[in-house]
Amino acid sequence: MRIGIDVGGTNTDAALLGDDDRIIATAKTPTTSDITSGVTSAIRALDPPMESVTAVMIGTTHFLNALIEGARLAPVAAVRLGLPATAALPPMTDWPERQRVAVGGHGYLCHGGREFDGRPLSPLDPEELKRTAADIAARGLTSVAVSSVFSPVAEEDERRAAEILGAELGPGVHFSLSHELGRVGLLARENATIINAALRDLAAAIVESFAKSLAEVSLTAPFFLSQNDGTLMDVDFARAYPVATFASGPTNSMRGAAFLSGLGDCAVVDVGGTTADVGILAGGFPREAAGESEAAGIRTNFRIPDVLSLGIGGGSLVSPDGETGPRSVGFRLTEEALVFGGSTLTATDLAVAAGRADIGDRSRVAHLDPEFTARALDRIAERLAETVDRMRTSAGPLPVVAVGGGSVLVPAALPGFDDVRRPGHFDVANAVGAAIAQVGGEVDRVFQVPEGRRDAVLAEAREEAVGRAESAGARPGTVRIVDVEEVPLAYLPGGATRIRVKAVGDLDLNGISTTHAPAGAGDTHGAASHA
Amino acid sequence: MREINLDNLDDIARGAGILGTGGGGDPYIGKLLAREAIRKYGPVRLVAFDEVPDDATVVPVSGMGAPTVLLERVPAGGEEVAALRALEKHIGRAATHIAPIEVGGVNSMLPIACAAEAGLPLVDGDAMGRAFPEAQMVLPGLIGVANTPMALADDKGNSIIVDAVSNHAAERIARAVCVELGCQISSADTVMRGDQLTDGLVPATLTLAERLGAAVREARAAHTDPVLAARTMLSGTHLLTGKVIDVSRRTEGGFARGNARIEGIGDDAGRVLELGFQNEHLLATRDGGTVATTPDLICVLDTDTGDPVTTEGLRYGLRVSVLAAPCDPRWTTPGGLALAGPRYFGYDVDYLPFRES
Repeated sequence: MRIGIDVGGTNTDAALLGDDDRIIATAKTPTTSDITSGVTSAIRALDPPMESVTAVMIGTTHFLNALIEGARLAPVAAVRLGLPATAALPPMTDWPERQRVAVGGHGYLCHGGREFDGRPLSPLDPEELKRTAADIAARGLTSVAVSSVFSPVAEEDERRAAEILGAELGPGVHFSLSHELGRVGLLARENATIINAALRDLAAAIVESFAKSLAEVSLTAPFFLSQNDGTLMDVDFARAYPVATFASGPTNSMRGAAFLSGLGDCAVVDVGGTTADVGILAGGFPREAAGESEAAGIRTNFRIPDVLSLGIGGGSLVSPDGETGPRSVGFRLTEEALVFGGSTLTATDLAVAAGRADIGDRSRVAHLDPEFTARALDRIAERLAETVDRMRTSAGPLPVVAVGGGSVLVPAALPGFDDVRRPGHFDVANAVGAAIAQVGGEVDRVFQVPEGRRDAVLAEAREEAVGRAESAGARPGTVRIVDVEEVPLAYLPGGATRIRVKAVGDLDLNGISTTHAPAGAGDTHGAASHA
Repeated sequence: MREINLDNLDDIARGAGILGTGGGGDPYIGKLLAREAIRKYGPVRLVAFDEVPDDATVVPVSGMGAPTVLLERVPAGGEEVAALRALEKHIGRAATHIAPIEVGGVNSMLPIACAAEAGLPLVDGDAMGRAFPEAQMVLPGLIGVANTPMALADDKGNSIIVDAVSNHAAERIARAVCVELGCQISSADTVMRGDQLTDGLVPATLTLAERLGAAVREARAAHTDPVLAARTMLSGTHLLTGKVIDVSRRTEGGFARGNARIEGIGDDAGRVLELGFQNEHLLATRDGGTVATTPDLICVLDTDTGDPVTTEGLRYGLRVSVLAAPCDPRWTTPGGLALAGPRYFGYDVDYLPFRES
C-alpha cells in the first residue's frame, strides 16, 4: 500500500492506494502552519494498517512559498566559473531586492568553464578558488552554489571546483552544482542553483519533520517528495535538490486526474477555492510550458506544466449581475458561504442551489432566483470552456476531466466539449497523483549531430535517459521514453542540436535499501529518487 | 537628440524582439548589458541622421554568433568596444558615432551598451530594419559601402581584422572566426560617413522598436489586443491567428530549416498557415497560397501577450498570431532581393510584394 499526500495552501489531502492501485481511503484536513501536524492528522484520518504501507509520497509547496516570502532562506556563496567571460553580469544581477537580500548577495567570479563544444574556456585556477574559499569561510557561509559556463555540455569544472572549495571549507558546507539543476542558459540555471543552495537548510528541516510526523503515527515506510515533472525523489535527493519540488502541485493534480479517469490524453480542469487551473495531458504527463519560467520574480529554466489559471473557484464571489470571481472567500468558505450560514454569495452556493452539489444547508439558498442561478452557472461553464479551448492543440474531440474540491462547478458537458468527466475521488486527485508518481531520468544537452548520424545520436540519448531513470530507482523493464525533443541551435553551424529525452518507470520498492548512495550523483540530472 | 535611459530599455527590447522576426536572439541578455552600462556610464545620446555631420565616422557594432551561446557564455563586458578600438586602429581614425547594424533582436541592445561605454552618440537607424543572419545582408552594400574592414573581437582579448574581396567573402571568413572563437564574438564593420546614412540605413528604427514595445505594453495593461497594437505600429497585415499543430526541423545543405503548421482558430477557423523558417521566419503560405516572403517581416507573436515567438521557441500547441509587415523598400529592389529574397534562402518562390489587406 502507498500513501499520497498533497500539502496545499488550504488543505492537506491524502489518499491510500492498494498494491493494485485501488483507492482504499481518502482524507482532507486543514493545512497547519507547522505542516507536519496537518500531515499526521491526514494520515490518521486514512487509518491505514501502518505495517502494510510500503511508501509515502508527499507533494509540498513549502519551498516555493519560502522563496516568495524571502523567509527561512540561508545565505549563499554564488561561485561562477567563466572568467574572463560573464563578468558583465555577475550572479543575482536581475533578482528582486527582497530575495537578493535574503540570500546575502555574495557572488564570486572565477576562471573555468567551457565553450559550446566542450573546449576549455579558461583553465580552473586552484589558487583563485582557495582565495574564494577563504572569503566564503570568513563570511561564515555554509551553502555554496557553483555554476560553470556550458556545464550542461561538460560538467567536470563544477565538480573539481566543488572538490577544491570543499577541501578548504571542510565538512558542514554543502554544494549545489548547476549542471544537476538546469539547462543551457547560464543566468537562469545559476539562479536555480542559488535558490537551491538557499533552501537546503530548510529542506533538511522539512525532511526531518516529515520523518518525525511519520514516526509519530508509527509509519516506517520510506517517503518520497514529488518533483515538478511528476516523478519522485527520495529524501536524500530532496535534501540536496529542494528546488525541484517547485511546481509539483499542478503536476500532481493532472497526473491524478489521468489516473482516476483512465485517460492519458485529455484536458484537466482543477477547480480549487480561488482558481480553476487548466492543463493538457499528453501520454499521461502534463504538457510543459515553453521557454523561461519565473519563480518569485527570478528567471529560471525549470520545466513546469503549461497551466492557464482562471479566477473561478468554489469560494469565488458572485456579483449581482451574475459574474463570478476573481475575488474569493478562499479558506473561509465554511464560514462565509450562504450554505454554511454566512452572508456571501459564492460559486458553491450556486452549485447547491442548482442541485449539483449537496454541501451545507440547501434551504439557505432556496431564495435564489433559479433563472439567475442558471445564468451564472452557464457563464462559468462558458468561461471554463473558453479556457480549455485556448489550451487545446487540435480541433479533434478532447475529453475534459474535472477534479478538485470546486469541480462541482463544472457541468456534465461544456460548450464545445461533450465529454466531461468527474471521476471518483476527484477532490483528492492531487494526493492520488502523488501516490502514483514514477521515477524518471532526463538527458538535456547540446549534441554535435554530424550529417547522417542523427539516428545514432538520438539512440544514444535515449539509452542514456533510460539508464538515468534506472539509476534513479526505476524498475528495469518498466522504463519508457515519454518525450523526445530536438532543436538545432540557430545561427550555429556544424549540426549542434539541443536534444532532450525524458524517460520514466515504476518505482522499484525492492531496490530501496537503507544505504542511500550520494543522491543525484550528478548523472541523475533532473531525475528522481536514488535507490 | 534625445537620451536613452534605463526607462527606455524594456520597451526597446520588447519591440526589437518583434522586429527580429523569429531570429536575432533574445534581447534579454543585451538589455541587462545595456542597463549595467548606462548605470555605470550614464545615458546614451540618440541622434537622428540629420544631426550627424557629413564627415562623421559612423561605426556599426554588433554581436555575431549563436544566441544560445550568448545566453550561456554571457559577455565579459566591453567586447563591442574592443572591436571598435581594433577597427579604429586599423583605419587610422576614431569613430564619432556608433550605430546598430541590425535592430531586430539582441543587436538592438549591444550598440546601446557600446555607446555608453565609449561615450559616443548612437545613430537612430540600422542597416536592416529587421534581423538577417549574414553579414552581407545590409542596405549599405547596395550603395557600394563595403562591410570590410571588419574588426572582430572576443571576450578574451583576441581580435582580428578582416579585409575581403567582397561582402560575401567577409561573411564566410567572419563565420569561421566566430566558430573558432566559441560562436559568439563582436564585430565593428561597415564604416560609413555621416553623409551616407540617409542612403545606407533605415531611419529611426530604435525609436520604432521603442514605440512598438510601448504599444504592446500599453495594450496589455489596458487589456486590449497587444497583437493588434503591434500590427498597427508596423502598418502590417494579419495573416492568421491559431495554434501551432506541427513543427519539423531538419538540416539541408548546411541550412537548419524548419516548417511549422498553424491551424486557425476563432475568425480564422478552417484556415491553415505554413511557416518556413531558418534562423528567421522567411515564408508564409496560407491555404496553399504564398502570402508573405522575406525580406518583408513575418512576425509570429504570442496571441495573449504579444511577445515574439522565436524560431527556436516554436512548439506544438503554442497559440500565436502571425502578421506581415513591409520591409524597407530598398530591400525589394533587384539588388536587395539578391541579398535577402526567398531564393537566396533556397526557397523556390519569387518575392511576393507586400499587400495591405
